[in-house]
Amino acid sequence: MVDAKIRIQQLSYAYAGEEALRNVTLDVQANAITALFGPAGGGKTTLLRLINRLNDLVEETSMRGSILLDGEDIYAPGTDVPELRRRVGMVFALPLPLPGTIRENVVCGPQLAGVRDWARLEEILERSLAQAALWNEVKDRLDSPAIALSGGQQQRLCIARSLALEPEVLLLDEPTSGLDPISTGKVEESLFELKQQYTIVIVPHSVQQAARVADYAAFFLMGELIEVQEGNQIFTTPRDQRTEDYVTGRFG
Amino acid sequence: MPTNQGKRGTFARITRALTSLVTLCSGMTPLSEAMTQTDKSGVSRTRWVEFAIEGAIRLLGFSTIGFVLLIFLFLLREGLPIFYEVPLGNLFGTRWYPTFDLFGTLPLILGSILVTVTAIVIALPLGVATAVFVSEIAPHWAREVLKPMIEVLAGIPSVVLGFFGMHFVAPVIRSILGAPTGLTVFAGALILAYMALPTIISVAEDALDTVPKSYRDAGLAMGATQWQTIWKVVVPAARSGILMAVMLGMGRAIGETMAVMMVTGNAARVPLSLDSLFRPARTMTATIAAEMGEVAQGSTHYHALFGIGIILFLLTFLINLTAASAIFHKRRRGGLR
Repeated sequence: MVDAKIRIQQLSYAYAGEEALRNVTLDVQANAITALFGPAGGGKTTLLRLINRLNDLVEETSMRGSILLDGEDIYAPGTDVPELRRRVGMVFALPLPLPGTIRENVVCGPQLAGVRDWARLEEILERSLAQAALWNEVKDRLDSPAIALSGGQQQRLCIARSLALEPEVLLLDEPTSGLDPISTGKVEESLFELKQQYTIVIVPHSVQQAARVADYAAFFLMGELIEVQEGNQIFTTPRDQRTEDYVTGRFG
Repeated sequence: MPTNQGKRGTFARITRALTSLVTLCSGMTPLSEAMTQTDKSGVSRTRWVEFAIEGAIRLLGFSTIGFVLLIFLFLLREGLPIFYEVPLGNLFGTRWYPTFDLFGTLPLILGSILVTVTAIVIALPLGVATAVFVSEIAPHWAREVLKPMIEVLAGIPSVVLGFFGMHFVAPVIRSILGAPTGLTVFAGALILAYMALPTIISVAEDALDTVPKSYRDAGLAMGATQWQTIWKVVVPAARSGILMAVMLGMGRAIGETMAVMMVTGNAARVPLSLDSLFRPARTMTATIAAEMGEVAQGSTHYHALFGIGIILFLLTFLINLTAASAIFHKRRRGGLR
């Protein structure tokens, strides 16, 4: 584990005195899917939000420890935060198309980043929609409103929106929690495609999903990282009693 | 939509107040306690209270609609005669000299429109920018101080603002422009803009507040800066509410009488020349207020003033209709939530 893409080192985090993460150390490998799972309130979402500094605007928080992306501390003073967020994309639990058309949703990010060339934007549009397995369904109605899409399509649109920025890391926070099994399957399939190019960190919405998609799985409980294992081992041969209790359905 | 929520909130509050009032007056146990009673009289008493409250609320609701209708009917009864007493050519002519039977309302209509539009042009950027600052950028403590202060601004009586306009704004305009008088359309527009600001700010701020936090997260996660997120994501998402804010501000501006009468100079001339902005003008509201006191009831002049009232009413109605249809149209396009 020498060339980890993201290294989280002794990270502790608290909201207004309420501890959300306690001394978490975790290496995230490149070109693999790392699943963070565990019961609610375990600090998984907080950890994701810390990796692209989305919690910067939350007031009254305290943080110890560090997060390194390619060996550089992302919380170092002078970090270009918008640039960091372009390198580390995020997809949220609820699909949230921005006001406007499908096309506007996807090209908005690159435009904000300064891409002005229309041919280039068209290229980005097609590539990201194709990567999110949505291109074939929407290619004939790119200029219709994004909220007219179905829930599953909206979520894949949000993934496409993140991919349009050509990030290095993709963070997904329960991306399929509001979707039906077929749409869930499509999103998961596109994840398998995407991990060839990207580093993916996902908070799955169920243990089953974690088992399906994870190359590395990390179990979080009450803000603590209980254990990490490669592949499916954590689900078949957990080392910790608490992990075993959770994956066998004894609690949670 | 934020205003709807506001209304619902107020409504719930009124309902609660009424409930407590009814129970207080009749010396009965409060509703919640009555509900728990199991004997027969308790149940029927609960039903009776329920019925009384529902009836009272219904009565209040219908009477509000009834009053509006009555006012409208009165306006029509007093104002409609002018449209057959005086030929239309005279009525929409350019000269308003009631003593010579010249009832040209055109200068008044255009005066009102010019003052209002100028006021909105001034107030819109200021108001929206302030709302964005208060809701998105100001730290928590500053917001707590600013919001009540803005609401206090709305409470300044218009006559006080009129004084301020007459004795401070108008002389400044006169000395800067070297004009014969500072009592101009521009002075009126400045004062009106100031009066419309609190409305615009607080309604727009409410609209921005109701944009879910997830929108901001989505914008930031795209690598947008805080400003880009505000202008490209949050403000567009709140645009129906912001439009509503501007329309309410405009409604307040066009209906305002006292301050406008004091500072616009009240010269009934058609304000269509280039320098009209810095010349006196007269609005519909100021005309009604200034002349209603000295007019013989039932005379042509009297009917003409009510006729202006009808025109003013139609104009305001048109503004509201435009706003409503714009909001509706955009929502159908799927741009709004």
